[in-house]
Amino acid sequence: MSRLLLKGGRVIDPAQGLDQTLDVMISEGTIEEMGPRVQPRGAQVLDMKGLVVCPGFIDIHTHLREPGREDKETIATGTRAAAAGGFTAVCAMPNTDPVNDTAGITRAIVEKARAEGATRVYPIGAITRGQKGEELAEYGDLKEAGCVAFSDDGRPVASARVMRRALEYARAFDLVLIDHCEEPTLAEKACMNEGPVSTHLGLRGQPAAGEAIVVERDVLLAELTGGRVHIAHLSAAASVDAVRRGKARGVKVTAEATPHHLFLTDEAVRETGYDTNTKMNPPLRSEADRQAVLLGLRDGTIDCIATDHAPHTVDDKKVEYDQAANGIVGLETAVALCLDRLVGEGLVELPYLVALLSTNPARVLGLPGGTLAPGSPADLTVLDLAKKRQVDASRFESRSRNTPFGGWILKGWPAMTIVGGRVAWKDAR
Amino acid sequence: MTFPHRHLLGIEPLEPPDIQTILDTADGLKEILDRPIKKVPALRGKTVINLFYEASTRTRSSFEIAERVLSADSLSIATAASSVTKGETLLDTAKNLEAMNPDMVIMRHASSGAPHFLARHCRFSVVNAGDGAHEHPTQALLDALTMRQRKGRLKGLRVAIVGDILHSRVARSNLLLLSKMGASVVLCGPPTLVPPGIEALAPVTFRVDEAVEGADVVMMLRIQLERMSGGFFPTTREYHRHFGLTEERVRRAKKDVLVMHPGPMNRGVEIASEVADGPYSVILDQVTNGVAVRMAVLYLLLGGSAEASS
Repeated sequence: MSRLLLKGGRVIDPAQGLDQTLDVMISEGTIEEMGPRVQPRGAQVLDMKGLVVCPGFIDIHTHLREPGREDKETIATGTRAAAAGGFTAVCAMPNTDPVNDTAGITRAIVEKARAEGATRVYPIGAITRGQKGEELAEYGDLKEAGCVAFSDDGRPVASARVMRRALEYARAFDLVLIDHCEEPTLAEKACMNEGPVSTHLGLRGQPAAGEAIVVERDVLLAELTGGRVHIAHLSAAASVDAVRRGKARGVKVTAEATPHHLFLTDEAVRETGYDTNTKMNPPLRSEADRQAVLLGLRDGTIDCIATDHAPHTVDDKKVEYDQAANGIVGLETAVALCLDRLVGEGLVELPYLVALLSTNPARVLGLPGGTLAPGSPADLTVLDLAKKRQVDASRFESRSRNTPFGGWILKGWPAMTIVGGRVAWKDAR
Repeated sequence: MTFPHRHLLGIEPLEPPDIQTILDTADGLKEILDRPIKKVPALRGKTVINLFYEASTRTRSSFEIAERVLSADSLSIATAASSVTKGETLLDTAKNLEAMNPDMVIMRHASSGAPHFLARHCRFSVVNAGDGAHEHPTQALLDALTMRQRKGRLKGLRVAIVGDILHSRVARSNLLLLSKMGASVVLCGPPTLVPPGIEALAPVTFRVDEAVEGADVVMMLRIQLERMSGGFFPTTREYHRHFGLTEERVRRAKKDVLVMHPGPMNRGVEIASEVADGPYSVILDQVTNGVAVRMAVLYLLLGGSAEASS
């Protein structure tokens, strides 16, 4: 296999506490050596001057839609979108059709990803069969087939008894459960956050408390069982608070936030005049919630940024607001949004953002990567902090275009992604 | 004089002078309804489609009569509530209608924001005849016309809106209109039927007696029995006792109070029959004014000339 020398970039690796100009030598798909002046010794040299070299970004919350809804996304298009967005690995949520609740389906995803994926794909298995919230899926088999965590994402695990058993049983395989926290009886037919904006627009809302109730429950159940729970897409102030208190007590709880909950509020539904690209679940919340999520991100309560990339066809979105599908695409905007709105605005330092996108996701799910330490897989994300560009959905690699961020001008974009020592994507514009 | 809007999607986008214009125009056009030959050529050659995705008696017949009086060519399409299950999307239906080149589509739809969606994607004028729990602008306009006729003004009136505020597009449109026109509104209903954040727009009380006290107008809202699956209150009996408008409660209002109801009424639930049929009730005036206001809206949006109305 060829060797690559990344020359003269600003290398940031939070796992090693590194932030300095270094050369990185990649060989046989792994990081071979790092230093101030590494000799090429026949390697292909890539000039990284003015660019930032990071351990590859990992999105632990992606919907690739394959199998079943290849009209929305496929493993091929979804991973191309991931690579173009600066991600070297994605974790694929199991709410496909059929649901990824058996080893056979997991293996099919793994094989397809190996053949067609532009990035690594780590499947997530279902917590319960068919994501019905009743019987546990076969965690042992699913893990052997390649699952790295379990989730009924898109649906909450409504029964506390089932969640308790799942947390207990998953301990045997040392895997994390990722919960989509939502009290279903408080969210019936809801299509946005409940508050003054839903009142104004006459749309059925779901209260932030409906999320927090289940986050509290999950933290208590993780404490009870000693299991590990990861809270998906935190959106409410009270949820952040529940995780913070849980962590302070030593409960094995981690959490993620999405860019849309960090940068948008339910005002967007009003401002866009019912644009269905502002509809997702959990919904965009109030400004107070947004600020709380931001604070949770900065103080370490929230471990990672994840996209909840949820591609939908035009037909699923170009309908009445309450009829529209939940979710937006995120892989090709997340990194640029974070660079512009978090780092650019001085809310977090760049190495901290790299930890949120790489080091921490790898740690939370126990994935390879997340560091550039010699011997690690050669998955790298290269950033161009000076690049300014408008979000143009028509140029997405994703098969879907459902983004509320179209037209936003952002500074700081991914420039290259390297997966297993090979250039998976390079900015050609 | 030209009216500065192509659509009537809600009260929200209207400025006070726009509201004034609609009410003045309605007052002018109302006289036509008393003529032996109730027809003027104002909208001859204009095509109007009434597209009703939700059941309606009053609103739809009122629009239809307004269209005929003004000589517009009109047709009504009543679609079962679930067009989605029938297969055709709202946008496809609208695009098919658009291909027949109508000047206006009047739509009632269960989804809040559906008329805005239509207006964004189609060429014709859109009139919102009620969208979900969002707005019902012509209802608020006809209510305002009724108040103005009886009280001579809107500014300074004390108006109590009582009942199911949560699901009511009538309440939202009335609240917006009355606030824009300088009336003071009090909202009242059981706490389960008062939506969050509404207190920023008007004071809220859970006691009907308090709301009605000194009111110039008491507007009762329909308890939408078909939407009552959520268990918002224990029984209609208890609702009537604590939140219904009774003779005794009306006495707390001003002597010349107007009692209004957008219909259809649940007698003995939100309103006692003695009140609905009593001397303060202007409920049937509202219906008559509904035709006049809808004539005005059609006329202004479809660009009829000012002279034709006189």
